[in-house]
Amino acid sequence: MKFGVVVFPGSNCDHDAYYALGSVLHQPVEFIWHQSENVAGFDALILPGGFAFGDYLRTGAIARFSPVMRAVGRFARAGGPVLGICNGFQILCEAGLLPGALIRNAGLRFVCKHVNIRVETTATPFTAEAERGQVLRIPIAHADGNYFCDDATLAELEANDQIVFRYTTPDGREEAAANPNGSLRNIAGVCNRERNVAGLMPHPERAVEAALGSEDGLVIFRSLVKSLARSAPAVEARERVVVSA
Amino acid sequence: MATASIEIKVTPALAAEHGLSAEEYARIRKILGRDPNFTELGIFSVMWSEHCSYKSSKVHLRRLPTRAPQVLQGPGENAGVVDIGDGLAAAFKMESHNHPSYVEPFQGAATGVGGILRDIFTMGARPIAVLDSLRFGPITSGADSETIARNRRILDGVVRGIAFYGNCFGVPTVGGEVGFEPGYSANPLVNVLALGIAKKEDLFFARARGTGNPVIYAGAKTGRDGIHGASLLASAEFSEESQQKRPNVQVGDPFMEKLLLEACLEAMQTGAIVAIQDMGAAGLTSSSCEMASRGGTGIEIELARVPQRETSMTPYEMMLSESQERMLLVAERGREKQVFQVFAKWGLDAVEIGRVTADGFLRVLHDGRVAAEIPAHALAEEGPVYRRPLNAPVASRSERLVEFSAPGADLTENFRRVLAAPAIASKRWIWQQYDHMVRTNTIEFPGASDAAVVRIKGTRRALALSSDGNGRWCRLDPFTGAQLAVAEAARNVACAGAKPWAATNCLNFGNPEKPEVMWQFSRAVDGIAAACTTLEIPITGGNVSFYNETLGRSIDPTPVLGVLGMIEDASRVLGIAFRSAGDAIVLLDGREAAGVSRENAAREFSSSEYARTICGIEAGAPPAADLAAEKRLIELLVALAGEGALRSAHDVSDGGLAVTLGECCFAANELSARVALEGADPGEFVLFGERGARAVVSVAPEAFARVLAVATECGVAARRIGEVTRGGFRIEYNGHVVVNAGVSSLASIWAEAFESSLGGK
Repeated sequence: MKFGVVVFPGSNCDHDAYYALGSVLHQPVEFIWHQSENVAGFDALILPGGFAFGDYLRTGAIARFSPVMRAVGRFARAGGPVLGICNGFQILCEAGLLPGALIRNAGLRFVCKHVNIRVETTATPFTAEAERGQVLRIPIAHADGNYFCDDATLAELEANDQIVFRYTTPDGREEAAANPNGSLRNIAGVCNRERNVAGLMPHPERAVEAALGSEDGLVIFRSLVKSLARSAPAVEARERVVVSA
Repeated sequence: MATASIEIKVTPALAAEHGLSAEEYARIRKILGRDPNFTELGIFSVMWSEHCSYKSSKVHLRRLPTRAPQVLQGPGENAGVVDIGDGLAAAFKMESHNHPSYVEPFQGAATGVGGILRDIFTMGARPIAVLDSLRFGPITSGADSETIARNRRILDGVVRGIAFYGNCFGVPTVGGEVGFEPGYSANPLVNVLALGIAKKEDLFFARARGTGNPVIYAGAKTGRDGIHGASLLASAEFSEESQQKRPNVQVGDPFMEKLLLEACLEAMQTGAIVAIQDMGAAGLTSSSCEMASRGGTGIEIELARVPQRETSMTPYEMMLSESQERMLLVAERGREKQVFQVFAKWGLDAVEIGRVTADGFLRVLHDGRVAAEIPAHALAEEGPVYRRPLNAPVASRSERLVEFSAPGADLTENFRRVLAAPAIASKRWIWQQYDHMVRTNTIEFPGASDAAVVRIKGTRRALALSSDGNGRWCRLDPFTGAQLAVAEAARNVACAGAKPWAATNCLNFGNPEKPEVMWQFSRAVDGIAAACTTLEIPITGGNVSFYNETLGRSIDPTPVLGVLGMIEDASRVLGIAFRSAGDAIVLLDGREAAGVSRENAAREFSSSEYARTICGIEAGAPPAADLAAEKRLIELLVALAGEGALRSAHDVSDGGLAVTLGECCFAANELSARVALEGADPGEFVLFGERGARAVVSVAPEAFARVLAVATECGVAARRIGEVTRGGFRIEYNGHVVVNAGVSSLASIWAEAFESSLGGK
């Protein structure tokens, strides 16, 4: 089992994701440079936070054209799990691998603080070990985290159980005051229809040790590790697909 | 001037326009043995500017203590470096970007962050933390509405600029401090402290060596921005026309800087780099001549090879440009390809623009023609040094001092007003705009501990950082005020459980040509030297910012001290928050018990935050600095934290004991304090006085005896003054209830005042 952390020019949470997976969860993990077109040998991909290409033009708008994104697309279509965190989420939306868009925060300012997010579905490889309705205390750090999509997409997301996390109060109530950035329906994270690609604005890799103020992000990584362990034979089959693609 | 070509005739009048005095011009002619050409004049004018040459401060800075076993690199390099154990070194330094931040707050502050970050990674160290010490004019009252509105805009722009740069670059902005005084209305202060770590054997220095080695330019292209930033912006007072200096402000690109960081650190790993220096103030000029001077060599560069983003740039413009995000490297001849490959990977320009020579000259060619030829060492090191006249300002006449209330007066309402003062209230609005967590090392968030604390992954250690300074006190008495700045920063890291390890400083003053300003500077340096000597904290570098004046009015003299502290066991770090109801609240006081006369109490109390907020008085004198007492207290705090005897620690500083107690509660979840004090001093003095060498700690009941025993050993008085509770916030003095309020109502005043004073954003 091997994790890949994609590094774009301007990624700055790449080391943090690497550290969380490698040093805290003791999983094999390697960086993947954005020029690489080959992700063979990896069982799960993380697109980390940061400011890929400076977030100039629009968040994720340039990064989606990096060569690695073709490989990420093939990997995802073959069923490989892909998690986008913060800037990674923005890139996955720009690349069309996740529905919707992240626009400027309603407050028009960068916000860095701990928020509470509620697990809306456990039917993803990223939340399988959590409880539905469980509230996680995880930090955010972004200026463009305001999730938006059109009504039809929203209806589809809800009908297909694709909303993975929502901003709530510490006791799990979905209130406007608990929404740090103006996201539509307090949405903090979504997944694709096939459920193997997910993105969220909060940073679970910043909440993996008590020393950092919260360990609530661990459940996301642990879910991924366990689901990979369960599906090890399927992964091998998928690798053949990716390599031959 | 910007479009001038090389043929412009240099005259003494033109030299004067460049800020060079008649004697300085004569000295240039003597060094060269001829008249300088226009490009050479420009080069001398920036290198000999106050900003780059420290010509007025040098003779004073020599009095600072700079040596200690842990110091690997003292002043004189891009940053100071200290040994932090486990084979690691910490590089850290503080710098100002005051004038640019007034002219263009967003870009001025952003490039201030960018500049100091380059100083750190130039040393081979990856930046892991940034702190900002900021000063603005009043934002609530104390000035006319137009000034207040402008001060808010400056504050907003500066905060956004710091956020823009640091967040994108990926360094956590973990702490700092903010102050407000009328003197900063037309001259805000933006002082940025950056910290980086590296393996000791991976440190790099800016010493050009090896005749024939290639000189490589890397990073952003050179443009016409920031020309004369060091000389005209940083080394002159402001007038009404200062807004026209906007083109002298540089423009920052944090993404480019992030690429430059990664490329430089990766290129350093190839082993092909001999020396490296960033192009900060005075750009290509300072980086080339300083590397040559330190290395005892010369450098020859061909400007036609310099990557440019504008056409028809003259040698003058290229040598003086302060375009950001650029580096100058010396590589080993034959291995330059390895360097180029790394920069190409990161999509950055890296071009060989010259070579190291043996003749000691900085030789600048433009299309093969010599555009400038100057002895590098003379240019970098033999600039003018002034022992400027000093003169104590005339002591102010009889001044109005605070009159204390009658014993037993209820001070609750005044306490609320102090909590809402911009200097005291929570700065959450500011630090939530900064990514203070990236790199996942921040183990104490802003406001959670007296110092910012970052752990060092792969070790058990953590580093604590605090930056402090009090301009009001330094105006009243620069010697004492500077001592108190050192003491407070050191006390803060000690409250986090860290042993003070080394210090950097940023000395912000007015026009050094005024004897009163120079006297303030000299006294402040003496104060820092005295405090650092007694507390055994070496100064490893820093920055002097003179000419902080607008329309002839100087700022309050503001030395800011940044103290780095060492924590051996990161799990022993202390926060300020009370932890458990029933714990004892203990006041530690390093001073030997000595009463204060009512007159002296009024005098020192008149310089407090309370006096300003409640009485509208800023007068008297700062509290006396008792450095021996500070040292005892620091040793005690470090010892107690190290053995895990304390639950929390918070020093007594701005706003006095009452504010300290309040903050310990506000940082905790639904905990409060019930405190009973006794004494002969006036109630306000006891609650809101700002005498140093004191800290409030909370202690589990069973640990109190141990705390008392260690305190006695260290010569520090430890008095149990109350208990952590779940009830109301209550302080009694000599049997009278003097403060009594619900803790959550006080907490919300403190938490929301700053934000709502800015318009409820």
